[in-house]
Amino acid sequence: MIALFARDMVLAMRAGGGFGLGLAFFLIVTVLVPFGVGPESGVLSVIAPGILWVGALLSCLLSLDRIFALDFEDGSLDLLATAPIPLEGVVAMKAAAHWVTTGLPLVLAAPVLGLLLNLQGAGYGWLVLSLALGTPALSVIGSFGAALTVGLKRGGLLLSLLVLPLYVPTLIFGAETVKRGAAGLAAGTPALMLAGITLASVALLPFAAAAAIRVNLR
Amino acid sequence: MTVTDLACARGGMPVLEGVCFAVRPGTALLLRGPNGIGKTTLLRTLAGLQPALAGAVSAPPESIAYAAHADGLKAVLSVAENLRFWARIFGTSGIEGALAAFDLGDLADRQAQNLSAGQKRRLGLARLLVTGRPIWVLDEPTVSLDAASVALFGAAVRAHLAAGGMALIATHIDLGFTAEVLDVSRFRAAPQRLDDFDEAFA
Amino acid sequence: MASLWQYANPKKFMQTTSVLLPVVAVLAALTLGTGLIWGFFFTPDDYKQGATVKIIYIHVPAALMAINAWLMMLVTSLVWFVRRHHVSALAARAAAPIGMVMTLIALFTGALWGQPMWGTYWAWDPRLTSFLILLLFYLGYIALWEAIESPDTAADLTSVLCMVGSVFALLSRYAVNFWNQGLHQGASLSMDAEENVADVFYIPLLICIAGFGLLFVALVLARTRTEIRARRLQALIARERMA
Repeated sequence: MIALFARDMVLAMRAGGGFGLGLAFFLIVTVLVPFGVGPESGVLSVIAPGILWVGALLSCLLSLDRIFALDFEDGSLDLLATAPIPLEGVVAMKAAAHWVTTGLPLVLAAPVLGLLLNLQGAGYGWLVLSLALGTPALSVIGSFGAALTVGLKRGGLLLSLLVLPLYVPTLIFGAETVKRGAAGLAAGTPALMLAGITLASVALLPFAAAAAIRVNLR
Repeated sequence: MTVTDLACARGGMPVLEGVCFAVRPGTALLLRGPNGIGKTTLLRTLAGLQPALAGAVSAPPESIAYAAHADGLKAVLSVAENLRFWARIFGTSGIEGALAAFDLGDLADRQAQNLSAGQKRRLGLARLLVTGRPIWVLDEPTVSLDAASVALFGAAVRAHLAAGGMALIATHIDLGFTAEVLDVSRFRAAPQRLDDFDEAFA
Repeated sequence: MASLWQYANPKKFMQTTSVLLPVVAVLAALTLGTGLIWGFFFTPDDYKQGATVKIIYIHVPAALMAINAWLMMLVTSLVWFVRRHHVSALAARAAAPIGMVMTLIALFTGALWGQPMWGTYWAWDPRLTSFLILLLFYLGYIALWEAIESPDTAADLTSVLCMVGSVFALLSRYAVNFWNQGLHQGASLSMDAEENVADVFYIPLLICIAGFGLLFVALVLARTRTEIRARRLQALIARERMA
């Protein structure tokens, strides 16, 4: 299974578009917002937590359809399904690789973008913490959606329609954590809820995703 | 490996039924039959990629190595990297034997995207050797191979059989070794038959 | 012995529902007609809300059915997943658009009611938001059914989506509560609440709910029959092509 993770990392680095694209998208979304709502720092600092979280969510979404689609097209998924490692493990490893290539860069870049949006002092720590806790859930939920749509010719749009409603709780607790943190309130409760969602998703969704892949392969 | 009374479906319609055969260690079985008869469906069912409608496949667990039209190669990985990945997935080591058997030694460092169709196919077949599994289930393995490569493939299968392995191959060409031939068309599902669910409507 | 599972046989289902459907449909029309006429014309206006209170006779039953439809889809999805009865999967497919329309009715009547009461058509109140999220879940579920050609594959994938979606829908409900305390009143029909709907409104409302329930059952039965026939047609065409 480590081999699979390592291969996906190598592929992401060599094929290009893996690491950089999501991050660039995140940057563009964040930069576009002030053009839309105006440059007043007061307004921006109010909406910063939400914008940063929505931006992170959208950039995660961008690369979801590649999680399984490429392996499905070139036949690797068939071969992995007949390999000695369980399909649930394949899903977990692919989700992990997706997180490292997409989620982790977002976590690291978020403080800089928070600066652009005039995020308030105490918010930075909570921003990084909430993204670190929440983005793994985005990757795992996303790989479930990708598993559902892997056999479809034009699954991309459908994938967004399926996955975005599932992202609602993560988004709410994530943005709430940052909002409360930036306002100097206690942010522990939403952060714990966020961690709970992530842990439950990581524990359970690979099974649902593997079931969906098995159905799609037949 | 024995298969008894197997029935399988494609797109919800039964295509084959009552399929019975046995493959003993050291032998190969060639599947013949016109296009669309259900050879691929049968092989996918044997590989466990789709459930059988009825019947049973008895084979030791995790003994089947499956290879079909798509080779499962990653374009940006080199030949050696592609093979090494599958070796690690299947928990075996050493890809030199596989490289040598399919004459890929000189290409080991070339990226898979720079291979010709026949070379890719050879790499896909070399993957079988690194799986270390006794039963090969192959769907049209010789597509886009030239005569020399077909001979290499034939030799690899013979070596595999000599080591006590088994092979089940859907093909139309002569592979250069003797094997039993099974014509799949005699298992064709009766066209009048609907599956249980559809039968139940009236 | 008669068992519930015998209705999983499409033939048996078609036979039974061909008798049952007209009965349920007539009952639904009678109950709904009684409830609505009683509610609209024979109940007094509310002293605070005036005649707008009468939206309740559509709003509350539709909202209840919107949730019930999803619960029914969850149950039928589980039945399909565990026992693989095709009728069950088709019933789930049949119920989804009805549930979606009920959700839309609840949202629209709620907006019409909210304008005179709260001074706004829409507020990001937890209940309203939850219904909007429910609408998105319905959309995704229906879109997945439509996108997949093979009926068994579609049934499998949508049932997995329904099960996972239910967990997330519930989670969203609590997340949304956490996110914003709202304008919407609490439960209006619970047995032990102090502040309940007055009896004059209560009885016609219950009749309306029963009417919507019967209407829902009738629609699901009719649509399931259509789905079964469509499936039969597909099988016949496929058989034709093979022969």
